[in-house]
Amino acid sequence: MATGKSERTPIRWHIAVFLAPAVLIYSAVMIVPLFGTLQLSLFTTIDNEQVFAGIDNFRTLFGDERWSVSFWNALWNNTWFFIIHMLVQNPVGILLAALLSHPRLRFSAFYRTAIFIPTILSFVIVGFTWKLILSPLWGVAPDLLDMVGLKHLFTPWLGKEEYALTTLGLISVWQFVGIPMMLIYAALLSIPDEILEAAECDGITGFSQFWKIQLPLILPAIGIISVLTFVGNFNAFDLIYSAQGALAGPNYSTDILGTFLYRTFFGFQLQTGDPNMGATIASIMFFIILTGVCIYLFAIQTRLRRYQF
Amino acid sequence: MSQARTSPARTFAAHAILIVYTVIALFPVLVVVMNSFKSRKAIFRSPLSPPTGETFDMIGYETVLSQGNFPLYFQNSVIVTVVALAIVLIFGAMAAFALAEYRFRGNTLMGLYLALGIMIPIRLGTVAILEMMVASGLVNTLTALILVYSAQGLPLAIFILTEFTRQISDDLKNAGRIDGLSEYRIFFQLVLPLLRPPMATVAVFTMIPIWNDLWFPLILAPAESTKTVTLGAQLFLGQFVTNWNAVLAALSLAILPVLVLYLIFSRQLIRGITSGAVK
Repeated sequence: MATGKSERTPIRWHIAVFLAPAVLIYSAVMIVPLFGTLQLSLFTTIDNEQVFAGIDNFRTLFGDERWSVSFWNALWNNTWFFIIHMLVQNPVGILLAALLSHPRLRFSAFYRTAIFIPTILSFVIVGFTWKLILSPLWGVAPDLLDMVGLKHLFTPWLGKEEYALTTLGLISVWQFVGIPMMLIYAALLSIPDEILEAAECDGITGFSQFWKIQLPLILPAIGIISVLTFVGNFNAFDLIYSAQGALAGPNYSTDILGTFLYRTFFGFQLQTGDPNMGATIASIMFFIILTGVCIYLFAIQTRLRRYQF
Repeated sequence: MSQARTSPARTFAAHAILIVYTVIALFPVLVVVMNSFKSRKAIFRSPLSPPTGETFDMIGYETVLSQGNFPLYFQNSVIVTVVALAIVLIFGAMAAFALAEYRFRGNTLMGLYLALGIMIPIRLGTVAILEMMVASGLVNTLTALILVYSAQGLPLAIFILTEFTRQISDDLKNAGRIDGLSEYRIFFQLVLPLLRPPMATVAVFTMIPIWNDLWFPLILAPAESTKTVTLGAQLFLGQFVTNWNAVLAALSLAILPVLVLYLIFSRQLIRGITSGAVK
């Protein structure tokens, strides 16, 4: 096989021609900059010259009072942001998908389209719309609460340190619940009817049918959704920036890694930009996301049982 | 047989939950669009009622269209989205064909390399991307955005299209080879037309994040002549935060194009997800 191979198969240039454009763009604009950023985090600028600094930037970020307070705050906020999505968005998405996938349900296409609409809107629209609706200036939220007799519960949720991040998390859930819904819906549809009918013959119906038959079968889809949520949340920026500005107010209570990276890299108001520290934060985000993806690929996905229909 | 699965009470409950959630999903959008057609007084006095003959007012739209550079921003967004999309679809399909059709050394490795980008966000390379764009003089050009979005869209496009390309029958391609077609003509004349349905799905997935992106326009092309709609709307909204008519009109104008696009493509999107993606 190995001998004489070169004579039998000439170089197939067309393979290279087919692959080259995509691989070149992808490598040049994505992979190389990604490594460039990792590399930049190991340097520091002294008198306009890049000097190798090893892991000093990381040490500064974790340990130096001026950086670490903001960093740990952003990291914790980001984690909380992610927890909200896992606790609210994904269960709600699964519930909606389970209801939608009911074979005899009417208007399911309408519901699906309507619930998916917020997902296609840009963060700028979503952030501003909710800011207006929740604003005490414009009475939409207080009026609504008044209708159900709960007006006393109203407070400017986006303006209070203790509520702002949770409110933004729930807004983001509102926007993106369509994605888990669609993916789970697709997974539920791919379960053959015979399995469900067999379950019915055995007397398993309704909720217990969902828990015992459908849920185990859609676990791989739930795994994918969890990792997509993780990557999306630890890379988030736009919603917070549109709703609360680059300072992630009030008093940095909604600061997440994305906004922290933006301020560090470009500077904001009195703070001057610092590409090296920006690259350091981007590298940390890279490692966090990579860790999450690896945990998913090696620990979760390989253990999930795949069913062949 | 479905008798056991449908009881009236349960169906009613399902509809009740879905209707409640549909209202939650659409309510903010409706409030904004509805109030954008009202006079300032009516917006504040009765935000929840639709515009009547008395309260109907287009002043917000007049302000937005006379003050903003919205047509230009819109044009920029369209150019960036369409060109990036074309690059992603054509180059993505070519790469997918190479990966699915030919056995060569490093095939699997190349597939994995290209799939990396699905999980790792391109945004993390921003620092170096900006340096590169500055060095090559591409800052504040639409080319910079097109390159970034092409790189961002290619991994998922290649991944999905490779799956579909594998399903195309070999007989067809071999018949083409016997007829003496070159590999290029086999791809462009025989395979590419068959890839149209999955390409439409990929197009929707690629298009929405590009159109809505704020991060890269903010960093790579913030100049007046290269602003996209998203960035333009963001700045405009920040500036006019006290002019509620204008803000609501600007929001409605920004919602409209994506909404139309989505309604056109939604069937394709759903079909695409149900037939591929998660299995």
